[in-house]
Amino acid sequence: MDKVVASSQPQSAYFLDMSKKEVETHTLAVVADNEPGVLARVIGLFAGRGYNIDSLTVSETIHEKHVSRFTIVTTGTPKVLTQIKHQLERMVPVHSVADLTVQGNSIARELAMVKVAGTGEKRMEALRLADAFRARVIDASTESFIFEITGKPDKVDQFISLMVPIGLVEVARTGVAGISRGAEGMRV
Amino acid sequence: MATGELMTGAEIVLKALADHGVEHVFGYPGGAVLPIYDEIFQQDKVKHILVRHEQGATHAAEGYARSTGKCGVVLVTSGPGATNAVTGLTDALMDSIPMVCLTGQVPTHLIGNDAFQECDTVGITRPCTKHNWLVKDVNDLARILHEAFYVATHGRPGPVVVDIPKDVQFARGKYVGPKNIEHKTYRPQVKPHQDAIRAAVDLIAKAKRPLLYTGGGVINSGLVASKLLREFVKLTNIPLTSTLMGLGAYPAAGKNWLGMLGMHGTYEANMAMHDCDVMINVGARFDDRITGRLDAFSPGSKKIHIDIDPSSINKTVQVDIPVVGDVAHALEDIIRVWKAKSHELDKKAMAGWWKEIDGWKATNCLKYKANKDVIMPQYAIERLYALTRDKDVYITTEVGQHQMWAAQFFKFEEPHRWMTSGGLGTMGYGLPAAVGVQMAHPKSLVIDIAGDASVQMTMQEMSTAVQYRLPIKIFILNNQYMGMVRQWQQLLHGNRLSESYSEALPDFVKLAEAYGCVGLRAEKPSELDDKIKEMIRSPHPVLFDCRVAALANCFPMIPSGKAHNEMLLGEDVSDEEVGSAIDARGKELV
Repeated sequence: MDKVVASSQPQSAYFLDMSKKEVETHTLAVVADNEPGVLARVIGLFAGRGYNIDSLTVSETIHEKHVSRFTIVTTGTPKVLTQIKHQLERMVPVHSVADLTVQGNSIARELAMVKVAGTGEKRMEALRLADAFRARVIDASTESFIFEITGKPDKVDQFISLMVPIGLVEVARTGVAGISRGAEGMRV
Repeated sequence: MATGELMTGAEIVLKALADHGVEHVFGYPGGAVLPIYDEIFQQDKVKHILVRHEQGATHAAEGYARSTGKCGVVLVTSGPGATNAVTGLTDALMDSIPMVCLTGQVPTHLIGNDAFQECDTVGITRPCTKHNWLVKDVNDLARILHEAFYVATHGRPGPVVVDIPKDVQFARGKYVGPKNIEHKTYRPQVKPHQDAIRAAVDLIAKAKRPLLYTGGGVINSGLVASKLLREFVKLTNIPLTSTLMGLGAYPAAGKNWLGMLGMHGTYEANMAMHDCDVMINVGARFDDRITGRLDAFSPGSKKIHIDIDPSSINKTVQVDIPVVGDVAHALEDIIRVWKAKSHELDKKAMAGWWKEIDGWKATNCLKYKANKDVIMPQYAIERLYALTRDKDVYITTEVGQHQMWAAQFFKFEEPHRWMTSGGLGTMGYGLPAAVGVQMAHPKSLVIDIAGDASVQMTMQEMSTAVQYRLPIKIFILNNQYMGMVRQWQQLLHGNRLSESYSEALPDFVKLAEAYGCVGLRAEKPSELDDKIKEMIRSPHPVLFDCRVAALANCFPMIPSGKAHNEMLLGEDVSDEEVGSAIDARGKELV
């Protein structure tokens, strides 16, 4: 019984050497009743079972029906990711869960507000880069700008990193919101 | 009261309980539930059983639920009432026991103010319930109560909490009946997919060394599930083993029964699990007490897993054919398809498989060294079983060595007869659970097989048993140790018995008398039978102090980190072997 090395089975209480090599990042969309405590329930599930949350956004989407939609970006092995989906699905207020990464063909966007301070050439450079990234100026003073940028997370990342040497002061990011392409929608 | 008429929140609670057929509520009053207690006083449909500690109420409700198949109901006050219930709620969640727990809460305008006896009940109980609700408007109360019963009893059963502020209990609102109540989103899958059923049947039909591995899901699914399981076993002659939670679904006297499997399971069950080629998991969840070392768990088998909870499937063990649905429905479908296709297992292969199993059985893995002077704990349970065989008996247990010995040596022929804390392993479960079982089955013989350490955790419920004239029998295997802790210290920690000796034990006989019940003691094997008979005859609650060998170990055992075919067998194991059975890596495991 010594073909133990590369077990494909996940490990539970027995030998917790969760293999780190095969982790993936997935985006999940969750539709749930917007009842008190529903966010705490979702977060508590992740915290209690040791799952990762890389990004989480939530807002009520259908006001009349009190329905909220979460977009959760999480990292784990494929088995853990499947488990996360099942654990979310069995929560009583959850209507449906979609793994947008598994489905493929989905869009993820986030918004950031980026405050940059500086004068002279740095100020001009900030404006030029903002133009290239299609970021809008939403506030300005003689020594600063606030840019609004939307896009894929990596585009936002890149814009922010470019602003660091120019005079980045602070950033507010929404986290990712995701949706699938095409005519089909999630069950509400 | 006519529908549409305004009722107070407290009246709504009692009306809803009555409408759900609730006959017994286990609880403890306090400031924030006084209006509900006032309603209890003024009606006679729902009987309230006053416990001595809220944990006792939850375990009593669990025992009640598990022995009847009905939903257990608990009523406690805010703050400490709710926090004391947390252990029982978690226990019920781990073992999938349907339970509705109503908690009082401070008035809505005081919530968040650190008011007297306030706690964040829904926050605290969120991870230890299937779902919970805080009722802020009396007009939501009836609907939420109906939903609570629905959620607790449908799909994989579990505990729910409804937190009711005191002002909501006083406020007047409309009552709506429970007709056609279903949750607007919660829709557990009960009927399995037929593709999965067909695939499962095809796989079983080709098996040469099949094994049924059944769990608490068969019990939870109801009596029909046990009946269908027996029918399927008869149809196919497949050997069967069960988890701790599943004992009784298939009769221990049945010829296909291999005994319990897992850490303290039988040699034949674990060897069969290790060597089978098709495993049919029916309502079990591959708990770590069952699988042992995962990478060596049943390595050669194709696995079918029937479970009502999709999150149980592929959680720890990757299976080949998942069947999501209720056990009874799945078994019914499997039997139907099996018969329709006139399947029959390979006779020659099956004969060989059974021959192998009979070889393992011949090991007689449960044998122990008999002793004429000291009562061996195994012997005590064997005698208890032998002397109660013709009785209508229900067994509860605490947690530890006595629990495993009870599982090994007491034989169960029917479901719902065995109440034990499997998942959470709650010491102190058995005595209050026995109170709940006896409440549901007043004429039956209800025995808590206990340990001297566990039983002291909820001992105060003897007072409840006396108050309600519940003749429960508390059969304490008193070895003056936390036996399982001591055994693990011997296994893992050089036999340094850190804090596991039961110092200053009470005189259980005098204690029984102080509670107004009967105390008995047996110290020699020669007097055991007479004392057990005396216990059974007594119409009163009995505390039975059965003095057993202090240092007996519970065998057979799969040491932590070992595979099913690396069991420690009992009789001939030396102390040295026990001390070195678990390697450095295994020591880290629970």
